[in-house]
Formats: sequence, C-alpha cells, structure tokens
Amino acid sequence: MWRGAVLLCAVKITVFVTPKKNVLDPQGAAVGHAMHSLGFTSADNVRVGKTVEFEVQAEDTPEFRASLDKLCHELLSNPVIEDYHYELS
Amino acid sequence: MRVAILQFPGSNCDTDALHAFGGVLGLEAELVWHKADSLKGFDAVVLPGGFSYGDYLRCGAIARFSPIMEAVKAFAAEGGPVMGICNGFQILCEVGLLPGALIRNNCLEFRCTTSELKVEDSDERFNTQKLGQSIRIPIAHGEGNYRIDEAGLAELEANKQVLFRYAENPNGAVGDIAGIRNKAGNVIGMMPHPERAVERFMPSMDGLPVLRAFLELTSVSV
Repeated sequence: MWRGAVLLCAVKITVFVTPKKNVLDPQGAAVGHAMHSLGFTSADNVRVGKTVEFEVQAEDTPEFRASLDKLCHELLSNPVIEDYHYELS
Repeated sequence: MRVAILQFPGSNCDTDALHAFGGVLGLEAELVWHKADSLKGFDAVVLPGGFSYGDYLRCGAIARFSPIMEAVKAFAAEGGPVMGICNGFQILCEVGLLPGALIRNNCLEFRCTTSELKVEDSDERFNTQKLGQSIRIPIAHGEGNYRIDEAGLAELEANKQVLFRYAENPNGAVGDIAGIRNKAGNVIGMMPHPERAVERFMPSMDGLPVLRAFLELTSVSV
C-alpha cells in the first residue's frame, strides 16, 4: 500500500558559510591578532564564517540537493564574497 | 514628480531622505512600506540607509526578499531611476541590481565622518563638470568595504561605472570605490549619505547636486 508514496523523514541540515579564499576577512584578521595576544602565536590565516542549522522533512534526492543549493546561493551565502558547503544528518 | 522612499524594518535614514527630497528639493516624496507590491505612479525610487532586518545574515540579505523588491526590479528594468544609499546600496548589491558586495570595514571600526570624494567622469549626469572635482559627503557605516572580483572590477572601470572614489579610503574598498552605477546608468548605489548634506547647518551641501544628478533621469527638472 506504500508503493509510489515517498517516506519523508526529518533531516538535519548544517550549512557552513565561509569568506572566499581571495576575499580579505577583517573579522578573521582581528581574531587572529587576539589569538597572538593570547600567546597562540602560531595561528595563521584565521577566517571567521558562520553555520546555519535547520531541520526539514525531506528525502535526500538530487532534486532536494538542488533546492538546497538554490537556498544557499540566493539567501544563506553571497557567492561574490562567500563559499558554502553543507552536511545532512 | 513623485519619489518613493522605501522603508524596511530597521531603515533609519528614511525620514532624512524624505526631508531631502521632499522638504529641501520640494518634490512629492512619500515613504513606501516594504510590504507594498507596487511602485505605480512613482518617478524615482530611493532605498535609504539603516540596518534593515538588523543586518542579520549579511547586510541587505533579507531585505532583498521583501515584497517591494519585485516592484523595484521591474521599475529598474524599465529604466526607472533607483538610488541606494548605504544600506540601500548593500540591498541593491544583494538583489543583483548592482555588481559586487559590501563587507566589514578593514579597520573594523564603524566610520562616521565627512569624507572627501573624488568625482569620476562617469556619464552625462555624474561627472566633474557638473559636480566638481571633489565633494564632501558624510559617511556612517561599519560595512562599506566594496568587494568585486578582478573581472568585475575591470568591467566596472571599462564602462566608467564608478561614480565616486574616496580621497582617503576609510574602509578598504577596492579601487577606493564609494559609489557606482549599473551599466545602463539608471541604478546607482553609494555608501556616503548625500541626503545628510543638503542644508546649511550640515557639514556640507554637496549632497544636493548628487540628488539632482540622480533625478535628471526623470523627465522633470528640479
């Protein structure tokens, strides 16, 4: 009786947004300076990004991944200055 | 002439802009709430400064999805004049009406001062003949560091899309860029606040010719 029906389950998505490698990151530079002040002098190339977590009822399909990419591209990150990747669990 | 001043939750230069266009220039200027879905009857649109949606996620990232932005896109596509000031500039970049993006000032400080801007010879409205070689306009931002990739910057320069450059770069912006226009010239964005330089008691009155240059795109002269 379940033939043809899609069983959706709760998926937790974690999106990681980071400043693009070639874009300077003033926040990361400031945090880097503070790390040096703290004695953590070997720290280099500090970058500060953000994570966005949410849950959805979904099935992990190529279509679903495409919709996630669209979301990341249009809202959660700005492709001019940021990169993103995400994990499903 | 009717000028729409858009109001997002967190806009805070909306009434300054209303005063500049309405009170000082004597135009019919109106505040338009971001939930409106039409700009019918307006001749020019201004996205004012502030901190729309608390700058959550990124400056302008959430405001770009406000209902009114569909109307702004349609208005711009038809050649209507659109001006984004400070947070308005950030929103126009996020929505893709202007290239590039604005990130945290490289000094990490919020910069609030009167900045000297070098005027570029961009087009028939924004040039040194009309505006002078340099103007003084207040800035007030923490995220005015303009960023664009090399190809994008080359295109901006080739098309003379840069309107203003900082004489002394306050935020790390590439090419000292303070303001730009789109290729067609009807959409402009700038971090400095021309609406705060329109009265004698203000640090300068150099904002007036900037606002007038913007309004030249409409058929009405002011």
